[in-house]
Amino acid sequence: MSIGHDPAPKFAEYAHPDRLVSTEWLAEHLGEDGLVVVESNEDVLLYETGHIPGAVKLDWHTELNDPVVRDFVDGARFASLLGSKGISRDSTVVIYGDKSNWWAAYALWVFTLFGHEDVRLLDGGRDKWIAEGRELTTEVPAVTPVDYPVVERDDSRIRAYKEDVLAHFGKPLIDVRSPEEYTGERTTMPAYPEEGALRGGHIPTAVSVPWARAAAEDGTFKPAHELDALYREQAGIQDADDVIAYCRIGERSSHSWFVLKYLLGIENVRNYDGSWTEWGSAVRVPIVTGSEPGEAPTSR
Amino acid sequence: MTALPDALETIRGDFHALEERDRLQLLLEFSNELPELPERYRDHPDLFERVVECQSPVYIFVEVTSGDVHVHATAPAEAPTTRGFASILAQGLDGLSADEVLAVPDDFPLDLGLTRVVSPLRMRGMVAMLGRIKRQVTEKRTPAPATSH
Repeated sequence: MSIGHDPAPKFAEYAHPDRLVSTEWLAEHLGEDGLVVVESNEDVLLYETGHIPGAVKLDWHTELNDPVVRDFVDGARFASLLGSKGISRDSTVVIYGDKSNWWAAYALWVFTLFGHEDVRLLDGGRDKWIAEGRELTTEVPAVTPVDYPVVERDDSRIRAYKEDVLAHFGKPLIDVRSPEEYTGERTTMPAYPEEGALRGGHIPTAVSVPWARAAAEDGTFKPAHELDALYREQAGIQDADDVIAYCRIGERSSHSWFVLKYLLGIENVRNYDGSWTEWGSAVRVPIVTGSEPGEAPTSR
Repeated sequence: MTALPDALETIRGDFHALEERDRLQLLLEFSNELPELPERYRDHPDLFERVVECQSPVYIFVEVTSGDVHVHATAPAEAPTTRGFASILAQGLDGLSADEVLAVPDDFPLDLGLTRVVSPLRMRGMVAMLGRIKRQVTEKRTPAPATSH
């Protein structure tokens, strides 16, 4: 069963208003049958310090990643994971998290790889809920496990591999990292750990649109007309384009992917989750340093 | 292999005595126990060194007084994992001699039994924190020679 959408006027301006809910909406609908609220954070202990009443925890690092292969879990593990959290195939899932919903957007993207139909983000995430003084609890909900069907992951539509990117030159590529990472001054976000890319720079022809430009001060998504100006006017993305976005490991580009796909309605957007930690270390792939996108490499 | 100092060995044992999933709860307890900075250091951000390898802002400052090491750390409430790491090190190293701190294996954090529940990437922040503490101990164990004027 699916729960009605948040009719907030701000969301009505977006291409897919059904993908967002406001804190007000969530507060009103907490506890409704068919709704599961999921918290997904960068900090693995934050949920334990207090969370939205009834919310279950999902950790990207330890639960959505395969422990051996650098990949996401397969259909069987995803089914058992979601079932154990009380999520059915027809549940309305609202995901929220810290850091302007980076990890929440990443989780939503993975849910979408498995074709979970009704999955939404809480606009503004954890910080907005707390800033508004809304209720938090440390009580972990007693979950009755349910059956979630084994559905194979479909990587073909919204996920890009390195090979896809190599075949993509000439079509829009968006680098959503910080300007310092784009130019090659550093390989990680300012103030973040070095995560093992051997070289700094960006993928040839990629334009720089740092993810944070899509977020307002309070962590909510910017209104539709501002997102339009950013991506359509400044970055030149057109509705019919086939777009690939990337960052360092795919979490910030999930945020941008969400914006492009659901808020602006660009149909063909893929997230390259291998991102810079793969590209910046891969053998025989070209990079560009400096602030210009650079030329597409000639094939060899 | 060198034996761990008693306090660190106890902390290690406490984590290993728990089921994996309960270890996060213990880490949270450490996080809540991270001591406030002593009054005399509160207005001295200049003394503190940022652990840039950690994803959240955490600052450490090592004091060596009469041969004893004391670790002070500060990290925001929104970063409980990082606070937990700092608290384990602050409590586990407190009062040791400089030599004892320097003898702690660099990869001690990976031996806490947290790597699977916290993730290897996140544990790297704690390894870096220990590395920075040891570097400060080395710098501070012998007072810098007095400069002549």
